[in-house]
Amino acid sequence: MSVAQTERTAAGIAAPGGQHSTAAPVFTGIGVTAPNGLGTRDWWSATLAGESGIRPVSRFDASRYPVTLAGEVPGFDVKEHIPSRLIPQTDHMTRLALTAAAEALEDSGLDLKELPEYAAGVVTAASAGGFEFGQRELEALWSKGGQHVSAYQSFAWFYAVNTGQISIRHGLRGPSGVLVTEQAGGLDAVAQARRQLRKGSRMMVTGGVDGAICPWGWTAQLTSGRLSTRDDPRQAYLPFDARAAGHVPGEGGAILILEDAETARARGARCYGTLAGYAATFDPGPGREGEPGLRRAVELALDEARLSPADVDVVFADASGVPELDRLEAEAVTRLFGPGKVPVTAPKTMTGRLAAGGASLDLAAALLSIRDSVIPPTVNVTEPAEGLRLDLVTALRRGPVRTALVLARGFSGFNAAAVVTAAE
Amino acid sequence: MAEMSLNELTKRLRECAGEEEGVDLDGDVMDVPFDELGYDSLAVLQTTGRIEQDYGVRISDDAAAEAHTPRMLLAFINESLSQAAAA
Repeated sequence: MSVAQTERTAAGIAAPGGQHSTAAPVFTGIGVTAPNGLGTRDWWSATLAGESGIRPVSRFDASRYPVTLAGEVPGFDVKEHIPSRLIPQTDHMTRLALTAAAEALEDSGLDLKELPEYAAGVVTAASAGGFEFGQRELEALWSKGGQHVSAYQSFAWFYAVNTGQISIRHGLRGPSGVLVTEQAGGLDAVAQARRQLRKGSRMMVTGGVDGAICPWGWTAQLTSGRLSTRDDPRQAYLPFDARAAGHVPGEGGAILILEDAETARARGARCYGTLAGYAATFDPGPGREGEPGLRRAVELALDEARLSPADVDVVFADASGVPELDRLEAEAVTRLFGPGKVPVTAPKTMTGRLAAGGASLDLAAALLSIRDSVIPPTVNVTEPAEGLRLDLVTALRRGPVRTALVLARGFSGFNAAAVVTAAE
Repeated sequence: MAEMSLNELTKRLRECAGEEEGVDLDGDVMDVPFDELGYDSLAVLQTTGRIEQDYGVRISDDAAAEAHTPRMLLAFINESLSQAAAA
């Protein structure tokens, strides 16, 4: 039995003690920390205005590295957002995750005290935990000795750290977990959260916030060979452009509240949209022939949502920025939708690629596109690569959006597709 | 070497592990359990690690784990300090 079939079956059976509904879950809260805006409101207005957050790296001296640009979250005052007890034990990206989680929970209007003790959990996407924190403590280890390493190193550089810290801070004791599938993680985590709702949880904090803008993180990311070495922020990350030459890394992402549809409606929650479909696939293994798995992921996700390609109003592209990968994504889209038949956008051209945070931020953008009847632009792309045949949205486009498709590909062959629709 | 005071300890707790909202570390906290002060075992471990570096003494992890209040932790620390001074 395939994973998709298992999920469909699971949707139809009641969970132990089950009050959960079989309807697709709804998004009821959004929290954002992005390079072009701290907080959902600032980020979304910047995104619609086409304002990029890609700039020269300021968090460390990157001048001697081949990559000198990054998307850094602006104006983050740690004392304003993070309790004093949590400051010595958290990496910068965990602080960003905690900030986004607090915003998302507040936005949801949920009263956590009214939920049963184990009814709410946390599933986030991650890469490797706190790189910057880990680097500092490893430096202390080799230069001063083990007694000088922070006790908090034990979890601060662990990939599960954001899930754990969010869970502890808000007392969310239900089923929790972490997904590590690089850029696909921002969708895969949300799907795992959905699985927990199907098993009986009422509400899940999910999504991803990531970042590794420090020498160690830089060195690790450089090994992918996919980073842009250009130093002009307007020309460094140009997916689907004839001049595409890799991507700019960034930090941040989005935390989302995914809730059981029935109980969300019963409490009168404001619903941004429904997670109507999702699927994950792998590319063929190394040395094997065959089409990459992205198109199949989209087909499975649409199938689960009981929608056809003609129903999709906008595609949020993975937008690798590597010409060959851009071509493969464009081919998957045109084979399914027809050449130029569906608007495609990549607001991540304003943030850089956020690793485990990127696809969650795209989900947030998709939900707000539905709310505001608007498609945010892809910036700086002015010379579309030959033969891609995409309807690339390069200027803000207004019009009803009822169904959005979000695509994500993770390094090493992960593909994920999510379909979000306007709430009923 | 002089004995470590409660003030010295709370200063280091603040530096190493922050301060829980709603807790007054400057008040009479000598016999208040660490968990009521908002400090878990890792916070105490982090703080004793710093004290070991600053004072050049060794405090066993077991002793740190057994000390549930500032008074108990100070007793372990000051015992180590006097042993170091006698050595």
